[in-house]
Amino acid sequence: MAQLIKNNAATVDTWQTLQLGEGETPETVALPAGDVIFPLAVWQARKAEIISCHKRIGLLIQPDERVEDIAADLDYFIVIAVAFPKFVDGRGYSTASLLRQRYAYQGELRAVGDVLHDQLFFMQRVGFDSYVLKDGKNVVYAIEAGFKPFSDAYQASTSQPQPYFRRRA
Amino acid sequence: MYKYDAIDRQLVTERVEQFRDQVCRWKAGQLSDDEFRPLRLQNGLYIQRHAPMFRIAVPYGMMNSAQLRTLAHVARKYDRGYGHFTTRHNLQLNWPKIEDVPEILAELAEVEMHAIQTSGNCLRNITTDQFAGVAADEVIDPRPLAEILRQWTTFHPEFAFLPRKFKIAISGTKEDRAVTWFHDIGLHLKVVDGEVGFTVIVGGGLGRTPIRGQVVREFLPWQHILTYCEAILRVYNRQGRRDNAYKARIKILVQALGVEAFAQLVEEEWAHGKDGPATITQAEFDRVAAHFTAPAYEKLGEAALPDDKAFHNWLARNTHAHKVPGYAAVTLSLKKHGIAPGDITSEQMIAVADLADRYSFGELRISHEQNIILADVRKSDLHEVWKKAKIAGLATPNIGLLTGIICCPGGDFCDLANAKSIPIANAIQARFDDLDYLFDIGEIDLNISGCMNACGHHHVGHIGVLGVDKNDSEFYQVTLGGRQGNEAKLGKVIGPSFAADEMPDVVDKIIKVYIESRHPDERFLDTFDRIGIDPFKNRVYEGRAHGKAKAAQQEAA
Repeated sequence: MAQLIKNNAATVDTWQTLQLGEGETPETVALPAGDVIFPLAVWQARKAEIISCHKRIGLLIQPDERVEDIAADLDYFIVIAVAFPKFVDGRGYSTASLLRQRYAYQGELRAVGDVLHDQLFFMQRVGFDSYVLKDGKNVVYAIEAGFKPFSDAYQASTSQPQPYFRRRA
Repeated sequence: MYKYDAIDRQLVTERVEQFRDQVCRWKAGQLSDDEFRPLRLQNGLYIQRHAPMFRIAVPYGMMNSAQLRTLAHVARKYDRGYGHFTTRHNLQLNWPKIEDVPEILAELAEVEMHAIQTSGNCLRNITTDQFAGVAADEVIDPRPLAEILRQWTTFHPEFAFLPRKFKIAISGTKEDRAVTWFHDIGLHLKVVDGEVGFTVIVGGGLGRTPIRGQVVREFLPWQHILTYCEAILRVYNRQGRRDNAYKARIKILVQALGVEAFAQLVEEEWAHGKDGPATITQAEFDRVAAHFTAPAYEKLGEAALPDDKAFHNWLARNTHAHKVPGYAAVTLSLKKHGIAPGDITSEQMIAVADLADRYSFGELRISHEQNIILADVRKSDLHEVWKKAKIAGLATPNIGLLTGIICCPGGDFCDLANAKSIPIANAIQARFDDLDYLFDIGEIDLNISGCMNACGHHHVGHIGVLGVDKNDSEFYQVTLGGRQGNEAKLGKVIGPSFAADEMPDVVDKIIKVYIESRHPDERFLDTFDRIGIDPFKNRVYEGRAHGKAKAAQQEAA
């Protein structure tokens, strides 16, 4: 069971993520009802249809997909999920930074996939605000300790746009 | 030297606790080996051939005597009483227990040291010239900007999981001594029309695919270095290859795109961050620079030095011009014949700390040639320093000479190695043990790596030696003509590889060709450039069947 952490608490996930089965294409896949996170390719292929039948829309971005390509669409999304197929693939951090800093995306930004306790601090700093922790991991401990191994940071980032040197007393 | 303030201290202390917790969770099975690996690597902890290997950072090579004493203590208490200085301003311990590493980190934190990002696919330790701040040919002291970069790289949230490791070197002298042409980013400080800035070089590197870096920006005003590096890193993080670790370094991306296209991408990315909050302020520069002001130099005349040949040999090789009259920078050689290059015992560390306290304002530096530098020694003290260094086994007068070898730990210690490297270095040192001959041969960089990862920088050795594995046997490939510095370039392979026991002879033949061919006062490199590789090749392979001839012989047999 996926463990969603949102606002520093374990939360029930009301969203379902559309997955393409074998033989299905973005053009042919049936669009489920409810709160759905759509893969970027499905969004691009079926945008008008999705908008007409969904009030609340989510988007899933893979590491190799370019946020530039959907920059104009950001207002449609309640949630953007950034996929981490492997936790050592750091492209999602840049995706999140760009969404927040360059394109001023204000909705929920969710890290999904191989999301571990030890990445939460970094993820939070680049602008994620919800996390689907990998199955089998201790969600209670993640909430208690995962976000605050460090009390501050040197660099500018989404959560603190002023580098430490500009905040020195 | 930089002293931690509250934030620096706090982050390093918090890091110790974070790592302690990670080790605990790993031991308890809550972190798998795969999950723990990048975490421990980002803290300099490898699992190696014999034991874990632990790499401690010496940011831009600067250290004080208290720190070195702590390293001596840590090496004695948690390891076998010695450490190994690497080519990238780190000290490696070869035998610590994983369970002890949190305690080691806690002890290091007490003296403002750590192991942050000394390994792993992240932004690594910043390196520079060992004579920074004292070199006679210095244009701009790189240390304040190196420290500002150190802080920026530390726990950078966007760039902790890069496609591969990422190394930045910064140089502020006319002659580059920081190998800036062979780093992922090489920064060369200069002054243009009264303005201080950098030439930015990207995509250099040694290793399996050695490539000289290329200039992506001729001049970048210093205030923009963080935002510009951020732009480079973001382009790399997003577009660098992740399908093949051997093709994941930024040099492959720069080659694939072409340097103009790459520079264009960086400029476009930078346009968004330029002049943003990460632009360095004068106040911050001044705050950090205040840590690197000159020590209390005295007004000194030239010192009369004792007339002693051995001492003068040492002066000739192991002292370096200082910008303040009456002072010299002293290199303590960690290249004593028969000892693994870069190795230093706890006793020697204590001796060096004492020398630093007594003669060099309590500070010292580490060079990428794996030696220790006392940067601010009064010339009138040189004789005493020499005598004491000699007692400690640190006065071998071979800096820049054939036996002052750069050498990685090789197959004796390293899991990656294809071949041993230390015994090769020792055998060559033994062959060239005659000091007069060594001096007569003159300036030569001999660099040895035990595998193509090139930790021993063999590509930029005037003579480079690379350990290769052929049918489970160790062989050695020789390159000639490589060099660091402003005219940095890669050496050329001379031909088929050699067995370990042939290596002293091979080097001997190369040296003989040079001695026979050189013009008066001509250095090895100059002779090589003048006469080319063939005379060396011919001598080394003389009477030795190789290539087609060997194949024909084998067929006949």
